[in-house]
Amino acid sequence: MKLIFEKGAPGQHLSLMPPCDVPEVTLSRPRTEPLNLPHVSETELTRHYTALAKRVHGVNDGFYPLGSCTMKYNPKINEDMAALFSQIHPLQPEETVQGCLEVLHESEKLLGEITGMDAMTFQPAAGAHGEFTGLLLIKAYHARRNDAARTKIIVPDSAHGTNPASAVMAGFTVVNIPSGEDGCVDVEALRGAVGPDTAGLMLTNPNTVGIFDRNILEITRIVHDAGGLCYYDGANLNAVMGVVRPGDMGFDVIHLNLHKTFSTPHGGGGPGSGAVGCKEFLRCFLPGPVVTRDEAGYHLTVPEHSIGRVKDFYGNFSVVVKALTYILTLGREGIPEAARNAVLNANYMMKRLSEKYAMAYAGPCMHEFVMTLQDLKDATGCSAMDIAKGLLDHGIHPPTMYFPLIVHEALMVEPTETESQETMDEVCRVFLDLWDLAHQNPQALHDAPTRTPVRRLDEVGAARNPVLRYTGE
Amino acid sequence: MNFPAELKYTKDHEWFKDLGNDTALVGITDFAQSELGDLVFINLPQVGDEVIADESFCDVESVKAVSDVMSPCTGVIEEVNTELEDEPQLLNEDPYGAWIARIRDISACGELMSADEYEAFVQK
Repeated sequence: MKLIFEKGAPGQHLSLMPPCDVPEVTLSRPRTEPLNLPHVSETELTRHYTALAKRVHGVNDGFYPLGSCTMKYNPKINEDMAALFSQIHPLQPEETVQGCLEVLHESEKLLGEITGMDAMTFQPAAGAHGEFTGLLLIKAYHARRNDAARTKIIVPDSAHGTNPASAVMAGFTVVNIPSGEDGCVDVEALRGAVGPDTAGLMLTNPNTVGIFDRNILEITRIVHDAGGLCYYDGANLNAVMGVVRPGDMGFDVIHLNLHKTFSTPHGGGGPGSGAVGCKEFLRCFLPGPVVTRDEAGYHLTVPEHSIGRVKDFYGNFSVVVKALTYILTLGREGIPEAARNAVLNANYMMKRLSEKYAMAYAGPCMHEFVMTLQDLKDATGCSAMDIAKGLLDHGIHPPTMYFPLIVHEALMVEPTETESQETMDEVCRVFLDLWDLAHQNPQALHDAPTRTPVRRLDEVGAARNPVLRYTGE
Repeated sequence: MNFPAELKYTKDHEWFKDLGNDTALVGITDFAQSELGDLVFINLPQVGDEVIADESFCDVESVKAVSDVMSPCTGVIEEVNTELEDEPQLLNEDPYGAWIARIRDISACGELMSADEYEAFVQK
C-alpha cells in the first residue's frame, strides 16, 4: 500500500477550503522552502484513510481483550455531546465559557465521588503524564514541609513500567519490592523498605495480575506511619468503580485514565486524559488553573502553591466531556454494575479457558486474568506470541503479551463489561482450538497470521532500524 | 545451551569472568539471552560508575520487555563495551564474547555459582 506522500500529483489539492476569517499577517521570517505536503484531491485523501481504516482492528470491529487497557465499547452519545463543544476557543473570556467550566467542575465532583478524592486536575494528557503530575504533588508536599530526606518511591515488581519511569522522571529514586506468591504486596518486604527516606508508594489495586490486594488498608497505613504518601494508579479502576474507592483504601493521590475506564477512544494516540485527583491537603499544589465556583459563577484560578502547568490550557477537554457523558448516562446504579460485569466477564472467560490453559494465579480474578503459556511452549514449541498471532486470523485482537514481567509467557486477558456471553463463548472456543492446533500442528501457529493484510511483522527489525518519517526515499 | 567452565554465574543470569587484580568482565548468559529473545537496545553504565553486587547497573531491551542487568560484584566501571550500543544483537549471537562492562576495584561479590551449579540451576 502506498503512503499518502506517494499518491497524487503536483497541483492536486482540496478545493473546499473555508474562507479565511482571521486577519492575514506577514511573517518576519517567512519559510524559504515549500512545506513537504502530499498533493492529493479530497477524493484521494478520503480513499486513502478509508483504506487504512479497513486494515485496522478497533473495538468496533471485534473482540479486543488487551489486558490492562480496558478496551470497552465507547458509546456514540459521547461523541454527540463532545461535538456540542466544538466551536469554542481556550482563550475565550471566562464569562463566555461558563458551560465548559461547569463541565470541568461537575466532572471533578462526580469523579471525586467515585474515587474518594477532594480535588482534581484534568490537565495531564494521559496515564503516565498523570503519574508524573501526581508524583510532583507528593514532591511538593514534602518540600513544603522542608523534609528533603524523602527521596524514595516504593514500587512493587508487578507494577506497570510507567510507574518507576515516572518516579525517576520526577526526580525520585525507585525502590522495588517483590510481590508475594499470590501476586500481592509482600507486607513484610514493604515494612522493611519504608523509612525516613520514603516519599511514597505507587500501587494499583486490583493489581496488575487482576487480584484485589486484601491487605490494602495495612499497606497504606505502613506507608503513612513512615511519613510517606500513597499514590493510586487508576489503570485498573474499571474493576472497582462505584464499588470501593481508592480514597477509602488510604490513597492520597490518584490518576484516572478517563480514556480507559470512562469510555473514550484510545489506542493509536487517543487523545487520552490522565486526570489527577488528590485529598484536600494536596489541593493547594495542583497544577493551575483549576475551576472554582462562587455566587458569580465559575472561575479559573491557580492554587496557592501550584506546581505550575503540566499541559497547555485545561487538558484534553473534549475527552472530559465524553467521560462526563458516560458517567451521567450510567448513573449511580450503572457505574458499579459496569464494574461488576467487567469482573464477571473476566471470571467467566478465566473459568472456561482453565479447561486447557494454565492460570498464573488461582482465581477468582477481578477484571482481568493472566495465563502462563510456559508449559505449552515447553510441550509444543508454541509461545504466547504464536497463540497471539493465531488469534489474529480469527479476527480477534490478541491479549496483552509478556506482561506482567513476573509471569513467563504471559497472556493477560481483559474482556471488559461490554462483551456478550455469545462473543466470549466464541472467543473461548478459538482459544481452545488454538491450544489443540499447537499440539497437532505447531508449524501452522508459527506461520500465523495468514489471513491478515500483512503477515508476521519483523518486530526486531522495526525496533533495531525504525523508519519513523517519510524521507522521500 | 552453553555454560563455559571458566566463568562464574549469578542467579540473575549474569556471567562473571575473573581477570585477576580485583578486575572482572561481566555479561549476560546464554540462557538469559535466549529467555529475553532478540535484544534491540542496551542502556550501558558509564565509566567511573560505582556498582553494587546484586543491584542493577545496566538494562537491556528486547521486543518483549526491558530487563535490568544486575551487577555480580561491587566495584567501579572501568570500561564498557560500546560496540553493543550499535549492535545489541551481539548479546544474542555471542553472549560470552559480548561482555558488557569491565569492573575494577572489586571489593565484594554476590553469590556466584560454578558452571555446573548454574546449569543445574537453570534446568530446575
